[in-house]
Amino acid sequence: MDDLLIARSLFGTTMGFHIIFATIGVGLPFMMLTAELMYQKTKDQEYVVMAKRWTKAFAVLLGVGIPTGTIAGVQLSLLWPGFMEVIGVVMALPFQIEIYAFFIEALFMSIYVYAAERIPPWARITSLVLVAIGALASAVLITNVHAWEGTPTGFRIENGMITDVDPWAAFFNPSFIVTAGHVALSAYTTGAFVIASVSAYKLWRTEFNTRIYHFHKKALTLSLIVGGIFSLLTAINGHESAQYLHEYQPEKLAAAEGLFETQSHAPLVIGGFTDRETEEVKYAIHIPWALSFLAGNSFDTVVKGLKEWPEEEWPPLFVHTLFNGMVGIGSLLILLPLLALLWMKFLKKEKYPRWILSTFIASGPLAVLAIEFGWIFACTGRQPWTIYRVLSTADSATTATNLGVLFLAFAAVYVILGVSVVFVLLYYFRKNTVEDDLHRAEQKGVPLYGSNT
Amino acid sequence: MTDALLAITVLWGFVFIYAVMATMDFGAGFWSMIYFNRTQTKATNIANRYLSPTWEVTNTFIVALVVAVYSLFPSAAYTLGTVLLIPGSMILLLLALRSAFLVFSNIASEYRKPLTYISGITGILIPGLLISVLPITHGNYIDFSDGRQTLDLMKLFTSANEYAFIGFAISSTLFLSSLLLADYSKTAEEYEAYAVYRRDAIILGPISLAMAVLIMFTLRIEAPWLYEKMMDNLAFLITSVVFFVIGGLGLFLPSVTGGPKGMPRLTVIAITIQYLLASLVYGQAHLPYIVYPEVTIQNAFTDPNSFRAIFATYIAGFAILFPGFFYFWTLFMNDKRYLQQKQPPEETKT
Ligand code: HDD
Ligand code: HEM
Ligand code: HEM
Repeated sequence: MDDLLIARSLFGTTMGFHIIFATIGVGLPFMMLTAELMYQKTKDQEYVVMAKRWTKAFAVLLGVGIPTGTIAGVQLSLLWPGFMEVIGVVMALPFQIEIYAFFIEALFMSIYVYAAERIPPWARITSLVLVAIGALASAVLITNVHAWEGTPTGFRIENGMITDVDPWAAFFNPSFIVTAGHVALSAYTTGAFVIASVSAYKLWRTEFNTRIYHFHKKALTLSLIVGGIFSLLTAINGHESAQYLHEYQPEKLAAAEGLFETQSHAPLVIGGFTDRETEEVKYAIHIPWALSFLAGNSFDTVVKGLKEWPEEEWPPLFVHTLFNGMVGIGSLLILLPLLALLWMKFLKKEKYPRWILSTFIASGPLAVLAIEFGWIFACTGRQPWTIYRVLSTADSATTATNLGVLFLAFAAVYVILGVSVVFVLLYYFRKNTVEDDLHRAEQKGVPLYGSNT
Repeated sequence: MTDALLAITVLWGFVFIYAVMATMDFGAGFWSMIYFNRTQTKATNIANRYLSPTWEVTNTFIVALVVAVYSLFPSAAYTLGTVLLIPGSMILLLLALRSAFLVFSNIASEYRKPLTYISGITGILIPGLLISVLPITHGNYIDFSDGRQTLDLMKLFTSANEYAFIGFAISSTLFLSSLLLADYSKTAEEYEAYAVYRRDAIILGPISLAMAVLIMFTLRIEAPWLYEKMMDNLAFLITSVVFFVIGGLGLFLPSVTGGPKGMPRLTVIAITIQYLLASLVYGQAHLPYIVYPEVTIQNAFTDPNSFRAIFATYIAGFAILFPGFFYFWTLFMNDKRYLQQKQPPEETKT
């Protein structure tokens, strides 16, 4: 492997690992807040217990999310110094503001956890709101850098030098709102379905109609409602993201759809594998005209095909599969809450059958998978550019060689962290059962948040 | 003051704040490991009580530092990013293990001992590597030929100056953290822990001062340009040593607020001023070079429009965050209910 490929793989692996914790780190505080607010509304102690248990999980995940994020942030400079030199001049604002978001999250997270029993309820809720805002803002701001890589604005290049820098124009680049919105909405979707997964798994294991069963069912219902709302919003906004690709990065859309010839009435291609030789997508379902309609709201929208560009500028063609995977999962995640609604409200059943529970159990991991697909699609689909039509990936990379050892070292650390975080979570929740927490919540003067048997 | 000078001052400020917070952070982790088995003195307990709410905040400072480098001096970031690939990656790997196992050790109480050891040992190695950035910027170990920059790791790790820096970083980490924890445990009225940390500080103070002198000696041979410019400010250096002596006295004088001997709060303040003065001298002598001799604050400076925008966010960010920091401080550094909690440590961690 050449060093550029190793650098790309190393950074991609870091991001792929960080994003799991980061996305859940955005989604969970929102769920915690929802539970706290439900408690304020219903005064039902079980919601406090939910918030507490999710907080513990969140704190453990932060233990991996923060260091891997630190790696990501520093590795950008270490592996892509050419890229960061441009970023430093034109697009440093989001990184800079993100620091404040990190501080807000870190300060108030500690306050929410370690001072929970010493501060009044309103201060606790405010702290939690600030944690949620901090997490959301980090995601939105870092995504803004990614958005700008696709639609770079706010500067000109003259004789290879950057001039006319307008940092706020760069900040408000055309795809900022849509892209950041998509990331935020998909993170809330993911947070909700991760909770739904765990609750469904618990329902599977718990005896019907016990107190614990009702606790988990309540959590499942809450997460399905939140997940249903946000998966729908994610899809609507995802559609808009695709329209932006049509406008600003047409080769990415062409690669996503395996479209070689520029045409109006272009078909939407689902499934299959893009074949470079025969220039078609094999084993796929074609829905005539649909792509043109989705891209521009009318059937005679002309969608550009890959042959518009020289082959060196094509993104890798496997992104078609990633795109399909994301959209497929997105559609499924809209259907699952509807299924629950149908079953519970319209068919008036008391209990979910195992086949429904198993789809719920799958939903969390699938949402995380959709996040991975979406990001790898978005970053790899931008190739061969780091800054679209301004800076190539090859020119961004470090001139250092022998990166293989580093790749192995980082991969090993991610394996260690990944395995131990799962182990620690299982250990903690085995030791601290729902019964313990419910019991603690009912007694006055016993710390709930500080507790850790 | 020119914009570039203003920018490097801000950067220097971040470096100083991070250096102080990080030494407290990594040092507390180390002490929590060392006194793990001595449950009766509560020394570990005190270290954890400080560490649990603060490590996240401290970590954010290192990210702030990296971001400040590339926002303010993009081409310095290019050079530093290129030459620091190996040491930077080593720091990142250690930092990842350290932070994660620190959190895990507070959650998985049965496995606390091995987890505390992993985070304690990785934590104490990090300052040694972090400080290596300074000798690297002195330029001796960087090969600037044919338009590329490469770090000569062999040369770096066979240099006496590098080891003086490493020794200084580790002894200072232990010194400053034991001081802070002495103060912290005195406020918490944990006098046994106070005695332990006071003793550690008394041993480590002279060692870190000796290391600082060793840095100057080796600097004279390896980076004379820097040594000479630092010596131009001899008065400051001497004042810094005077503050060291004041700090030392603070540990031996009788207490005015009651309790056992020593005024650790005075010592913490005096020693912080000592480090502040010394690093001012170092920082000023380093100018105008960021990486000697190729990268200066002028030729690496960012676009003026970007600088103005960034600077505006510093002011806005500080205004927004300050109340947050203050609230944080009152809850964890100054609230007797937190400092003196009676529960065993298992019940106080996330
Ligand atoms: C739970 C996760 C999730 C789900 C269900 C979806 N997405 Fe997505 N998608 C993401 C998570 C995501 C993401 C990981 O957050 C990405 C990666 C980069 C980005 O901006 O968001 C993304 C990127 C992304 C892009 C590329 C943007 C770019 O390259 O700049 C498009 C066109 C879509 N999405 C479209 C959709 C559509 C039409 C969906 C229909 C259901 C959909 N997404 C569901
Ligand atoms: C968090 C989820 C993300 C994932 C999973 C991800 C994934 C990847 C992958 C797989 C690559 C290698 C692409 C290739 O060379 O084929 C890559 C490259 C890159 N990504 Fe992302 N990325 C993520 C987020 C971001 C964000 C938010 C930014 C903007 C700051 C970003 C900036 C870059 C850059 C600069 C490169 C290197 C140059 C390149 O290959 O284009 N990534 N990422
Ligand atoms: C869009 C994808 C990303 C999202 C949604 C995201 C979100 C987050 C969140 C919520 C945190 C807080 C910790 C946690 O909850 O786990 C975090 C930490 C962090 N992230 Fe990411 N991040 C993303 C990509 C990136 C990228 C590309 C970088 C590198 C530039 C990065 C750098 C960091 C850093 C430095 C931290 C640690 C902050 C600290 O020390 O407090 N993130 N991220």
